Amino acid sequence: MAVQSMAQTPDEAVRDVHAAEARFALENTLTRWLIGIAMVALSIGILLGIFQGFEHAGLDLYRFIRPAIKDYYQGLSLHGVLNALVWTTFFIVGFFTLAITRSLDRPLSHPWLNVVGFVLMVTGLVLTAYPLWWNLATVLYTFYPPMQADWTFYVGLTLIVVGSWFAGYGFFATLIRWRKENPGKRTPFIALTANITMAMWQLATLGVAAEMLTQLIPWSLGLIEGVDPLLARTYFWFTGHPLVYFWLLPAYISWYAMVPKQAGGKLFSENLGRLVFWLFLLLSTPVGFHHQYTDPGIPTGWKFLHAILTYGVAFPSFITAFTVCASLELGGRARGGKGWFGWIRRLPWNDPSYTAQNLAMILFAFGGISGITNASYNVNLAIHNTTWVPGHFHLTVGAAVTLTFFGIAYWMVPKLSGRQLFGRRTALVQAWTWFFGMLLFANAFHLLGLRFGVPRRTMLGAAPYRDPAWTPFLMESLVGVILLTISATLFFYVILMTVLAGKKLTKPVEMPVAQALDQDKIPAWLDSWKPWVWGAIFLIILAYGPILYQFISEMQPTSPGFRVW
Amino acid sequence: MMHVDRYEQIWIRLSVFVLIAFILAVLTASVSAGIQVPGVVQRVDPNTVTEPGSPWAEPGLRELAPGKYEAYILAQIWVFTPDEIRVPAGSEVTFYVTSKDVQHGFKILDTNINMMVIPGQVSKLTARFDEPGTYTMVCHEYCGVGHHTMYGRIVVEPTQAAAE
Repeated sequence: MAVQSMAQTPDEAVRDVHAAEARFALENTLTRWLIGIAMVALSIGILLGIFQGFEHAGLDLYRFIRPAIKDYYQGLSLHGVLNALVWTTFFIVGFFTLAITRSLDRPLSHPWLNVVGFVLMVTGLVLTAYPLWWNLATVLYTFYPPMQADWTFYVGLTLIVVGSWFAGYGFFATLIRWRKENPGKRTPFIALTANITMAMWQLATLGVAAEMLTQLIPWSLGLIEGVDPLLARTYFWFTGHPLVYFWLLPAYISWYAMVPKQAGGKLFSENLGRLVFWLFLLLSTPVGFHHQYTDPGIPTGWKFLHAILTYGVAFPSFITAFTVCASLELGGRARGGKGWFGWIRRLPWNDPSYTAQNLAMILFAFGGISGITNASYNVNLAIHNTTWVPGHFHLTVGAAVTLTFFGIAYWMVPKLSGRQLFGRRTALVQAWTWFFGMLLFANAFHLLGLRFGVPRRTMLGAAPYRDPAWTPFLMESLVGVILLTISATLFFYVILMTVLAGKKLTKPVEMPVAQALDQDKIPAWLDSWKPWVWGAIFLIILAYGPILYQFISEMQPTSPGFRVW
Repeated sequence: MMHVDRYEQIWIRLSVFVLIAFILAVLTASVSAGIQVPGVVQRVDPNTVTEPGSPWAEPGLRELAPGKYEAYILAQIWVFTPDEIRVPAGSEVTFYVTSKDVQHGFKILDTNINMMVIPGQVSKLTARFDEPGTYTMVCHEYCGVGHHTMYGRIVVEPTQAAAE
């Protein structure tokens, strides 16, 4: 890290910062690799999105990339896996490796756990990429059986998840060690909430682990003849919904604990923030049936129970909206903003890291609203599996999460490379084009789904039932896709130029950490793991136990594998 | 307990109120208005579902009573059988859909019919067709390279009374 500049900065404090950075050499290396791989995956994923946008608008560009990518559905499988599973998981583990160790101000206690996790994740990625590339796993990122991919696809995805577990073990061990070293101290907000996220992930991924280990892997290897597709779906969505919180909570951590600092404000109510994350641990998982409202074979009473719990998990996001806005308002006012709305203009809109994340929050408000629509039991019939759904999750994982990660990258890449961000204005243009691109794309997709019932992830350009009334909306979505393409190009340009040609920094960038406004004593129940973990396990058993027991005991593994692409 | 800002308290109460209102709204829509999501019907073996004796051996429309029908529809790559159904306006049709291969979807545009079709399970919902016209039914779950060609029609014909 920028050691050569030390001669010009005799300041003792700066020297200390350098020494502090040297302690985190391994953590920094892990984070560099993890976010580097995440970004490469994202670049390929986004590239395929362009082809989808043109295909929907009636222009099949796949003929130009054959035989590399055979068709729309192979490209779409890559788009989903690389963007939603690889980009997110790798970035999150990388971000947490840095954030947890800086928040605790100590290196990882058992770094081998995180190294093993990294090796497993990379091995898994290679195994997953191979069948996707050779068109042996064109099953989309939901891989619903009895469509059967090559076994390497399932084993690869499993290894990515197991690798992320090991990373989690490394984080837990570090937190436990820190608590021993600092008896009686409250856990710093970032370290606590990042560990809660990883704990939630451990519980949540039990579903997909059961699906992979008891059904898909033995079945794809020919060890068992058939699977029960409904049971597999149920396992999948056990993990599938908390998966979206696994993506979202790292963004929330940045919004609560980092962005207010960047805005010159404070975290408005830290205790409520802690409560919010505990509530996510409690409620993220027992809600999976809200993805299966239209499934046959699941009693409606169970679906309704999950609907109620889903409204419960919306609650912490409502609190987040208030706390984060209030924290930013503190910043805007500290910077001289006056009046009801005057403070908004005083926020640091010239800082790309801030701007990207504030725009991400705005898009998340819309995404949250369409998410509540999806979750609303029979209202779901109006939009289930229509383009409304990708419209929704491009606002959440595609905008709220991804644009926030871009914002994080705008301070984290300078920190890790020791170089100043290259092209601040370019980065600002990047954030705004992503915002407007996603707004247009998502608006068009929501409307197409709601008004015309257009099916999602369908090769619309070639669909015989295509209606001319869709065209203006498909064109709107294409304009969005083009803006997003420009934006993504700018992002990769800024990141590459920062690493390759950025001005060397004389002192390392520090992770932004917001102070709390409320300095009152923390109630014991907000710094105590046991009640929340047991509560989460209890709710999962309540919401899934009896019905899963019934599904397993009445299992009909009658479906052989089909390769239909 | 911990200190919570007064405005934040109001916000929290409002959030809880809104969420409870939503729960009551969907409950009302499902109980009073009868807008139901699919539930448990019966299980079948996808490998034998088209063999004689099964209602999907000869899928199609059956009239139960004047204006009351049931439609057995078989989903397979990449067709619905039958792919066209004709009923008079004002008919009530209960759909029984199953798959003999992979997962499919079944949505009839401009109605509340929207179901997953899962091998081994039977998806059932009822709709009333009052307006004459052609309703498109599409497969909305990716089911292979021909997925986008999987669709059908429900033709609702004007009744004689309406024609006169």
